[in-house]
Amino acid sequence: MSPILEVKNLYKNYGSIEVLKDINVSIEEGDFLVLVGPSGCGKSTLLNCIAGLEPISAGDLFIGGQNMTNVSPKDRDIAMVFQSYALYPTMTVAKNITFGMKVRGIDQATQDAKLKHVSTQLQIEPLLHRKPGQLSGGQRQRVAMGRALVRDPKLFLFDEPLSNLDAKLRVEMRTEIKALHQRLGASMVYVTHDQIEAMTLATKIVVMKGGIIQQIGTPAEIYNRPANLFVADFMGSPAMNLIPAKTKANGKGMQIEITRKDADPIVLKDTRNTDLPENVIIGVRPEDIVDAALARADDTQQADCLIDIVEPAGADTFAVMQLGGKHVTARLHAETTAAAGTEQRLAFDLGKVSYFEPETGLRLN
Amino acid sequence: MTDRPYAQTRTQSPTTKLVLRFILYILLGVFALFYLMPLFVMITTSLKSLDEIRTGDLISLPREITFDAWRTAWSGACTGIQCEGVRPYFLNSLLIAIPAVLISTIIGALNGYVVAQWKFKGANIFFALLLFGCFIPFQVVLLPMAIVLGKLGISGTITGLIFVHVIYGIGFTTLFFRNYYVSIPSELTKAAMIDGAGFFRIFWSIFLPLSLPIIVVSVIWQFTQIWNDFLFGVSFSQAGTQPVTVALNNIVNSTTGVKEYNVDMAAAIIAALPTLLVYVVAGKYFIRGLTAGSVKG
Repeated sequence: MSPILEVKNLYKNYGSIEVLKDINVSIEEGDFLVLVGPSGCGKSTLLNCIAGLEPISAGDLFIGGQNMTNVSPKDRDIAMVFQSYALYPTMTVAKNITFGMKVRGIDQATQDAKLKHVSTQLQIEPLLHRKPGQLSGGQRQRVAMGRALVRDPKLFLFDEPLSNLDAKLRVEMRTEIKALHQRLGASMVYVTHDQIEAMTLATKIVVMKGGIIQQIGTPAEIYNRPANLFVADFMGSPAMNLIPAKTKANGKGMQIEITRKDADPIVLKDTRNTDLPENVIIGVRPEDIVDAALARADDTQQADCLIDIVEPAGADTFAVMQLGGKHVTARLHAETTAAAGTEQRLAFDLGKVSYFEPETGLRLN
Repeated sequence: MTDRPYAQTRTQSPTTKLVLRFILYILLGVFALFYLMPLFVMITTSLKSLDEIRTGDLISLPREITFDAWRTAWSGACTGIQCEGVRPYFLNSLLIAIPAVLISTIIGALNGYVVAQWKFKGANIFFALLLFGCFIPFQVVLLPMAIVLGKLGISGTITGLIFVHVIYGIGFTTLFFRNYYVSIPSELTKAAMIDGAGFFRIFWSIFLPLSLPIIVVSVIWQFTQIWNDFLFGVSFSQAGTQPVTVALNNIVNSTTGVKEYNVDMAAAIIAALPTLLVYVVAGKYFIRGLTAGSVKG
């Protein structure tokens, strides 16, 4: 079966400025694709190109196996949810949801039935006769989703739909969107700058920067095996620790040396990865640096480290220290004994370690 | 600057407050009187007989109220050789102003919609040129316009005057609507496009229902401009198609012998009534439209 969405060698220029460069993505039916990256990376432009709201400069775009490169948005069999919700201010909720069907000339009985179905599904029946101005942010969000759902399209597009909501509501709606995706089995493309949203929602993530795709993969692949320093730094909170280090061949593995101020270097051994250049940047997630006392005995190496700052976060306590000239965060137990200005014995787990080439930033292992 | 908040919060004694209030109201009253005086004189004079005007005081109230001057002004006063009052010219002005206001507002709304929401190549230059049109003095275009009207075969006609006023109104109406529509998020247009609506459908179903305040602004502005216009009216009309402003001038300036001040005043008030009426009826929306910001939702 052909992919539900296929973007081939897509370029987008505004005058002489290249906004998107050689984009290649495809997703299968039922996939939840998240485009993530910092602002200005081109993710929203790419979504607009998929929607047909922005013409593309070169390349091809297929939706449901059909070439849609030059097809107008209304004929692409898509529905879109916008950041500002873009509800029609003078129409009631019901009219907002049925506007598309009305434009398409669908008969009143079908319109009513679909409206009823969608409003039940999203629990917005009591709001149907209100205007968007009389709704709260979360309610507007639901109506915007209803307007997309009623279309029953091949592909749903979401443009940062949660970024106007407050933190609590954002988490609730995130769960709801995920539940909706699982229930409908629909194909979705979702733009966000929030890497947690990307991780929690996606079946497939595209990380973008400067109009170029940095990495495509499942959330686990992106998180555990970032393709370069940018992805490593961008995905994950707190961010992955990226520490300059020197390596040396040592028996059947590598010896990794991290310098410290006012203390002996930390020396770690890695038996899985060999053949690394002398200078590397070693990437360790905060959760792979833990209290030595609580660490699993196997596969960890321990060192005493001077803790600079302790940040309790409820479930965990984050400890910040200086290694290799960088701030390094460790994820400690909530009831850790670590205190600022004292030494703490920490365990390093190199099982999921990443190595990057310092010049190019590319992944080495 | 730093001690300003202190100065503002300094407490005043109740007596000082009262005195300041008193002075404020006196001042406001004086200004109101100053502005209302001419209107007062016009109304009282129009209700006096000629004898009373000649013998009486300019600002005294009429001893005996008579509407003769109004009757004469409406249907009997002479504009040159004809003595039909301002009635036919009043009708001319309506025939010119109503279509010209409607057409220029509709075109302005469409222009503004395109310039604000459908950015085409050169849209900004197009808009800048239109704006430039707002600031060209009317005198500059009299001759070229006369030639154009002649070529179109509508010189001296009501249609010709409508045409002129529509052309000169488009700059302003486009400006009004463009500035109003620019504050409407473009995502609204995008959402409607995905919903399958086209250019006119989006305008009709989504933008027009939002536009009442700015339509009122445009209508008031255009109506006032067109109704009060004298230059185009006197340049591009002929006997029988003159607007009321031109007729008023003729009544006042072409009388021989005794100056009928009461008739002149009555005619002037009649000529000014429609614009007054528009402000009274729609003024509330006018202020609202001028201050209307972004559209929430």
